[in-house]
Amino acid sequence: MSAQPAAMTPELVSEHGLSAQEYEQVLSILGREPSITELGIFSVMWSEHCSYKSSKVWLKTLPTTGPQVICGPGENAGIVDIGDGQCAIFKMESHNHPSFIEPYQGAATGVGGIMRDVFTMGARPVANLNALRFGAPDHPKTRHLVSGVVAGIGDYGNCVGVPTVGGEVNFDPGYNGNILVNAMCVGLADTEKVFYSAARGVGLPVVYVGSKTGRDGIHGATMASAEFDDDSEEKRPTVQVGDPFTEKLLIEACLELMAGDIIIAIQDMGAAGLTSSSVEMADKGGVGFDLDLDKVPCREQGMSAYEMMLSESQERMLIVLKPGSEDDARAIFEKWELDFAVVGVTTDTGRLIVTHNGRIEADMPVKALADSAPEYKRPWTLSEPPALISPQDVAAPESLTGTLETLIGSPHLCSRRWVWEQYDHMVMGDTVRRPGSDAAVVRVHGTTKGLAATCDVTPRYCAADPVEGGKQAVAEAWRNLTATGADPLAITDCMNFGNPERPEIMGQFVGCIEGMREAVEALDFPVVSGNVSLYNETNGAAIPPTPAIGGVGLIPDIAHMADIALRSEGETLLLLGEERGHLGQSLYMDVILGKREGAPPPVDMDAERKTGDLVRELIRDGSLATVHDVSDGGLLVAVSEMALAGGIGATLSEYDGPLPRHAVAFGEDQGRYIVATPQGDEIIARARAAGVPVRTVGKTGGDAIAIAGEQPAPLRRLQSLHEGWLPHYMTSR
Amino acid sequence: MKASVIVFPGSNCDRDVAVSLKAAMGSRPAMVWHGEADVPASDLIVLPGGFSYGDYLRSGAMAAHSPIMRDVVAKARKGTPVLGICNGFHLLTETGLLPGVLMRNASLKFICKDVLLKVERNDTDFTRRYAPGDVIRIPIAHHDGNYFADEDTLDRLEGENLIAFRYCDDAGALSDDANPNGSQRAIAGLYNETGTVLGLMPHPERLADPALGGTDGKPMFTSLVEAFH
Repeated sequence: MSAQPAAMTPELVSEHGLSAQEYEQVLSILGREPSITELGIFSVMWSEHCSYKSSKVWLKTLPTTGPQVICGPGENAGIVDIGDGQCAIFKMESHNHPSFIEPYQGAATGVGGIMRDVFTMGARPVANLNALRFGAPDHPKTRHLVSGVVAGIGDYGNCVGVPTVGGEVNFDPGYNGNILVNAMCVGLADTEKVFYSAARGVGLPVVYVGSKTGRDGIHGATMASAEFDDDSEEKRPTVQVGDPFTEKLLIEACLELMAGDIIIAIQDMGAAGLTSSSVEMADKGGVGFDLDLDKVPCREQGMSAYEMMLSESQERMLIVLKPGSEDDARAIFEKWELDFAVVGVTTDTGRLIVTHNGRIEADMPVKALADSAPEYKRPWTLSEPPALISPQDVAAPESLTGTLETLIGSPHLCSRRWVWEQYDHMVMGDTVRRPGSDAAVVRVHGTTKGLAATCDVTPRYCAADPVEGGKQAVAEAWRNLTATGADPLAITDCMNFGNPERPEIMGQFVGCIEGMREAVEALDFPVVSGNVSLYNETNGAAIPPTPAIGGVGLIPDIAHMADIALRSEGETLLLLGEERGHLGQSLYMDVILGKREGAPPPVDMDAERKTGDLVRELIRDGSLATVHDVSDGGLLVAVSEMALAGGIGATLSEYDGPLPRHAVAFGEDQGRYIVATPQGDEIIARARAAGVPVRTVGKTGGDAIAIAGEQPAPLRRLQSLHEGWLPHYMTSR
Repeated sequence: MKASVIVFPGSNCDRDVAVSLKAAMGSRPAMVWHGEADVPASDLIVLPGGFSYGDYLRSGAMAAHSPIMRDVVAKARKGTPVLGICNGFHLLTETGLLPGVLMRNASLKFICKDVLLKVERNDTDFTRRYAPGDVIRIPIAHHDGNYFADEDTLDRLEGENLIAFRYCDDAGALSDDANPNGSQRAIAGLYNETGTVLGLMPHPERLADPALGGTDGKPMFTSLVEAFH
């Protein structure tokens, strides 16, 4: 692409992902034909990935405010207040397309990119999480992709020295052709030292810092805005290459620079690199930028303006400084052995003017580039949700404990230890709840506060009914935070879908947003940041709708924090929340019966809130310390997870209610928690007073999961099934 | 007591060990940038964990040539105690203060988890608060922790009682299952001949605070403070 073609042709325009109408708009904005560099700039700025052109109209419907919100969507990341002049800054972002093509670098640079979004705002990253979806275990590429993605995430985060504390992993044939790698980062800042991207002021130096620019990642944003076909692997050169060591230096150098008072605006060079960072900074500041590409530090010789503007080389930042402070800033970056170059100046022209070798390569109006991006209200259809299936209509298994053993050793519910032991989850010395719990908790350094974080969505629910699935994803994140004792503060969303130009895919998107909106409103759990990844499909087969939700909560005092592990024998196990025995779309149905039928479990938002608020109150006042939410797999799986985590068994009492036993054991009714307590009567009384359904489900003790009339499942056996599947899978051929 | 923590580009456990030192000492250690020529007068020098220079080339290989390391090596040879944790242990072998080398883990994977260690000696400034034979729980987090030396060196290390810690099971027994990275003779930590330089792969600073789930690392810091009080 470095050669300068003589003229614009329809083929060239279409190669840049612009439609004929979009190109007409380019002509009218410029009043002339674009140069190749300008065409490239329009192409990335108006790509789905950068412009949100198909999703914006729907994203606007999500609630984004609340007393805790300092900054909602629109900046690099969202900001919530955590008291004492401190704030949490967080976001989740997809790196799906590159990770499928080149799993190690794709996943690694996903982690690097999301951390930059967080520290560019002044926060020190304190926790990384990731939500990973792979194809079926027996798909020939799955093992290779799991291995590459996990190594890429680990090697990047481990070297940078930010703990990777949580996340989720799914296997589903729906991801055979498009895996999902969603990375989330949570950072910590002083509220009065937060930095934004608006470059306000004229005549200010524009500074480039970090790694040199190379030819990697050119058109990454455009690639991420198209479907795959059989030749997609040829796009490997568009995948960027990560250097976590440079990222670590960049974090330290930026935070050192931020400790002073010389930054006007700062923005990382993420998707669409120098182009999107300069356009966004100039647009938000209402100024123009003159950029001199001869000053840009380059890794390779002979790079064209087109290549420099579109490169997605990693670990780079653009900073607008107070005039006269260049030398102070330069000294910091030299100490950290990073490139530092003044590459431009802010102007009052409102134009982005790019010169290279003494020639003007681009001269375009900033506002039109940023704000006139097309916005589509694409046609959508939402199919009628499937009917509820009565628990009586779902076949019962021969043995409950036998079924438990199958479920807990299945790819869906087995331990993810093989994954998280490859992540340094303890560095920074504040991980007070390690992976394997409902939500990870990191202590706010130097205080007794804790930040809880989780990633959640159940794609098979979303596929069956996008509205209920979207609702459930938000509710589950809220529930997981609640189960640790945290006040849920806000969410970031990572919306992964297929091709939005197909009405049924657009309908999934619209439905999920609608469900999320309902839950966000009911739970006062606003969206403060997010990312949309569309076109996740290969040869016409789309992924299941996957609105991944990253939730963050605050624990005021980590002395009052709950854990899933059973602590001692002889405690009472109580189930809080209503039991309906819902088996539609359950893992029981999927794994044991081999089908996915019926409606997903509905979420009753009033009950959700009432039960969650009670659980949190009981943890806070010291009445409860052992809590686990009931999710995939249902009650019996949840109790077993608690038993395995604590190394103490449980005996379940005889169920004498109206539901079938297998629906009680494996139903996935929402809004429920299991708690273990030495003061059963007191907790029952508190639940009744609060109007929360409560049932005694058993007692802790022994070395098995025992159920009346069933062969007990020894913990040792459950342990080996639970821990065994993933390592065995990864080492088998 | 005065302690100095050397900070390399890519160190990432410098703050963590400083927190543990401060908790034990009552005052902050000096944080010394790798580009300095001299370590300030110190009772203890700490080489922290992390990925100095990204661990490119070979773990610790480039940091071993940082300006500050000439003075660290000189002071270590004169008897100043030096504690190298994880990447710090790499540096100690790279500079020749300790023998052998730390190769890629036998599993070829990064491993982050708690392991059990058998305390071999308690007659050094690092370990007086432990008893010989104690089994302690300390986390590891490394890709390159597989200790290797030739048989003669290993025999000498054992003969001269220079092994500080070994990976073991909960009864203190050595086994392949209890050895997380394939280290020869289950070596997790080593002393120099004078017992003043200690290198170890596990991170005692990560379990020195009850909120983090254990305190088996704390006696090392307490021992050091008591030695230099």
